[in-house]
Amino acid sequence: MRITQGTFSFLPDLSDEQIRRQIEYSLEQGWAVSIEYTDDPHPRNTYWEMFGLPMFDLRDAAGILAEVNACRKTFPSHYIKLNAFDASRGRESLRLSFLVNRPAHEPGFALVREEGAGRCLRYTTRAYSGERPEGERY
Amino acid sequence: MNAMTGTTEPAAEATPSPEPLDLEAAYRDSQVAEVLERLDRELIGLTPVKSRIRDIAALLLIDKLRSAVGLATGAPALHMSFTGNPGTGKTTVAMRMAEILHRLGYVRKGHLVAVTRDDLVGQYIGHTAPKTREVLKRAMGGVLFIDEAYYLYRPENERDYGQEAIEILLQVMENQRDDLVVIFAGYKAQMDTFFHSNPGLSSRVAHHIDFPDYSGEELLAIAHLMLEQMHYRLSSGAEQALSAYIELRRQQPHFANARSIRNALDRARLRQASRLFARRGAPLSRDDLQTIETADIRASRVFAEAGTDEH
Repeated sequence: MRITQGTFSFLPDLSDEQIRRQIEYSLEQGWAVSIEYTDDPHPRNTYWEMFGLPMFDLRDAAGILAEVNACRKTFPSHYIKLNAFDASRGRESLRLSFLVNRPAHEPGFALVREEGAGRCLRYTTRAYSGERPEGERY
Repeated sequence: MNAMTGTTEPAAEATPSPEPLDLEAAYRDSQVAEVLERLDRELIGLTPVKSRIRDIAALLLIDKLRSAVGLATGAPALHMSFTGNPGTGKTTVAMRMAEILHRLGYVRKGHLVAVTRDDLVGQYIGHTAPKTREVLKRAMGGVLFIDEAYYLYRPENERDYGQEAIEILLQVMENQRDDLVVIFAGYKAQMDTFFHSNPGLSSRVAHHIDFPDYSGEELLAIAHLMLEQMHYRLSSGAEQALSAYIELRRQQPHFANARSIRNALDRARLRQASRLFARRGAPLSRDDLQTIETADIRASRVFAEAGTDEH
């Protein structure tokens, strides 16, 4: 199951050239770009690991793209995303975030039903890959 | 049928060449003429430097045309080393170089990141590599100017982290050649030993440009240019005094070419200001405010020392 999230979740994965142009745009807007990775695919997982510090004061996408490739090399089968943070007053939040890397095989999620009091049923999802410990999932 | 293909093939190959390529238009479009003109106007002397910049500009322009007609163009390596005495305009030229390379489309952004040893070399183990990479990332798409680059290599301390910074620089200079241009700058003698002890670096720097010292007339012309930019002018006596000053100053130790001239002019401005202040009450004209008099220059320590030497 192909997991999607972020700004371009409705699109197929971006090519490197498209990623470069997105970074170019972010830098033009003065946003700081950072790279994060995780191997926990759950959509509510907001705690991704930072790959290096956010990159401030850059003028060209080449440096960030090199960093993305370094991250892909270190974590070839993790989810990697690129964030662009807008530090301007009143915003102070992410303006852009999209996946730049995903595992070759994504097993997807199981639907879990929990019996509650009475005839109540609670539903939740559980990632198949999440059964193994961190670092051994993909 | 064979005869037909026999005739069409060479024709197809020859079609691009009969129409003449418009070098003139490419030159105009790149707007590099304007930059070179400004270089001529605002930088006095430095003939070898200017001619090398012209060569590089010509090469990049021709390469552009070559790629337009489908000829092979290897992006030339443009890492440079600027050597010369203090105040010979190394930083100024580096700044222009970034602009020229940007106009020619060699670098994408055309900004200049000027760093020294402190910005590249860390203080403890494992600190240098991220620091150097950070600087390199910042310089991507532009020009990285490493001032006093010979400090990176300290042969007397074999555990110096400078070597690590040099290795990372080398790696990026080689692998990401079209992402940034590195310019090493420093004084001639020290730079020679620096390159001598880092042969890998020396061979990756394609252009070694030496900045000559300025002659007396050139220094005077520089002084005029500086004054013009600051909206000052010299009285006729002051002009003579200044050229005498330059002659004397050149023979003294610690002469830093254009920088010494700038300092001398700054001091002359101070003296002019206090001269005008001393005679307050008297009417001041716009002319008074911008004129540097003979006395403002003659009061310099340089003249006093020269005077005592003679007696």
